[in-house]
Amino acid sequence: MSDAIVAAAAAAAVGATGTGAADAGTTGARAKMSVQDLRVSFGAFEALRGLSIEVQPRAVLGVIGPAGSAKTTFLRALNRMNELAPGCRTRGRVLLDGQDIYATGMDPSELRRKVGMVFAMPLPLPMSVYDNICYGPRLAGIRDKASLDELAERSLRAAFLWDEVKDRLGRSGLRLSGGQQQRLCLARTLAMEPEVVLLDEPSSGLDPVSTAKIEDAIAVLKEKIAFVLVTNNTKQAARVADVTAFFLMGELVEIGPTGKLFTNPADRRTDDYLTGRFG
Amino acid sequence: MSAPRGVAARGAAARVATAGRARARGQARAQAIAVGILGAATAAAIAALAFIVFFVLSRGLPSVTLEFLFSKPRGMGRSGGILPAIVGTFVLPALAIAIALPLGAGTAIYLTEYTREGRLTRAIRFGSDCLAGIPSIIFGLFGYIFFVTTLGLGWSLLSGALTLAIMILPTIIRTTEEAIRSVPRSWREVSLSLGATRWETIVKVVLPNALPGIVTGVMLGLGRSIGETAAVIFTAGSSLRMPQSIMDSTRTMAVHFYILAREGISAEKAYGTAAVLVISVLAVNAVTYWLMNRFIKRRAR
Repeated sequence: MSDAIVAAAAAAAVGATGTGAADAGTTGARAKMSVQDLRVSFGAFEALRGLSIEVQPRAVLGVIGPAGSAKTTFLRALNRMNELAPGCRTRGRVLLDGQDIYATGMDPSELRRKVGMVFAMPLPLPMSVYDNICYGPRLAGIRDKASLDELAERSLRAAFLWDEVKDRLGRSGLRLSGGQQQRLCLARTLAMEPEVVLLDEPSSGLDPVSTAKIEDAIAVLKEKIAFVLVTNNTKQAARVADVTAFFLMGELVEIGPTGKLFTNPADRRTDDYLTGRFG
Repeated sequence: MSAPRGVAARGAAARVATAGRARARGQARAQAIAVGILGAATAAAIAALAFIVFFVLSRGLPSVTLEFLFSKPRGMGRSGGILPAIVGTFVLPALAIAIALPLGAGTAIYLTEYTREGRLTRAIRFGSDCLAGIPSIIFGLFGYIFFVTTLGLGWSLLSGALTLAIMILPTIIRTTEEAIRSVPRSWREVSLSLGATRWETIVKVVLPNALPGIVTGVMLGLGRSIGETAAVIFTAGSSLRMPQSIMDSTRTMAVHFYILAREGISAEKAYGTAAVLVISVLAVNAVTYWLMNRFIKRRAR
């Protein structure tokens, strides 16, 4: 697939994003993040093969595709987590508010404060709930107890976890249930007050109630934050995403408003995947 | 038509059941034998340990009095106490750890967190493993030639501590490395994703969680240097005076015991020294594990 078509598809998606991201695409509103011809390889293996896509502000970009289609690699390219893997090479451009995040002089720590991430597994750090939440803010230099308290409560409320843990903030985050742990991870990311949040299959191992709570949180938070949601659960993408992209073998097959992509996909392979003929 | 087949099936089932019972009996016997052998091995190991401790304490404790603990030796240790040796026994290994831990932990952190696995790291690891297998007297000889003579530090706490530090360095590097490796990679990723730098991640996530392993390494090193004689005699000397600075020679309890026993000065005092040494080692271990448990509990409430 040529880059021109991808760009056109992305542009079309931007223009046609009617419902969720109301004004995101109209009259030249700037994309929050803009990915241009992104190629990521690990050693000799090219995982992402020239991908262009835009992340709109105040919207959820869903990314679906079968296993091995480089969804996670794409996600981790947006906050430069790929470079932790040995032999990883990234080409192309990724712009955040028009600034190339791979430019020399760009501080990855600073970037990751703006572009937060929730991992596929619930991964609380082995410390108290409170210290988990305050981990990022403290690194960012917030030392004041009152500010940290306020931030912790606000983040936990936003992740629909406050009521369950408000009496045991001092207890280890590892002692929460799986669903609570994942919401703790979301709250921890939110505590950095990020501009973009990357969700890597955030509910892959969770019960329906916890999943619903996370999705509710996203629905509220997208007023302020741009989300990129990688999911193996196409129904979740249909519920949550405003725009959905379908990846296959490291390439972007199709991107469009979620309603259109699910009901009337332009590409045969998208249709095959959505109807369960492969994947 | 169905009857014969049913009979045959029943016969087969019975045979299978019999074979199954026989197998189960065999397994149960193997299980019993295994438990017996393993239990006996454990009992033998514990018994040997208990016997040594009992032997040393029963011979030594009668001569351990307050005077023995808190006074200076007289007549080369024939009478009097062992206070300078007790001080030497604690100060010398403590100094050795103080030197070896930053060096060893630093090396381990560098090898695990800042280098990619390659020929160089393998060479360094091989070298440090070889170092771990060298007899302590070789380290003593090296320490004597290099620290005592060449650098002119003389027989002193400093020479002894530097020598012991080199001796226990491989152990500390290796255990710290293993401890750091045992911290899940995902925790590092989480920390980095929250805006931490590599160094902040090491300080806030990796080292606190590697601590039990690092402490184990320190304990092993401490045990080795408390019990060391050859390397200490060559480098820290065997002065019976109370050391006033790290440039003074000293004598550890292990060395004191060795000299008392080797030169037939006083078997009674030798056993007394051994008893104090054994109790000290047990006490240091107990306190360290107590502190470590407290630390772990405080973190994982």
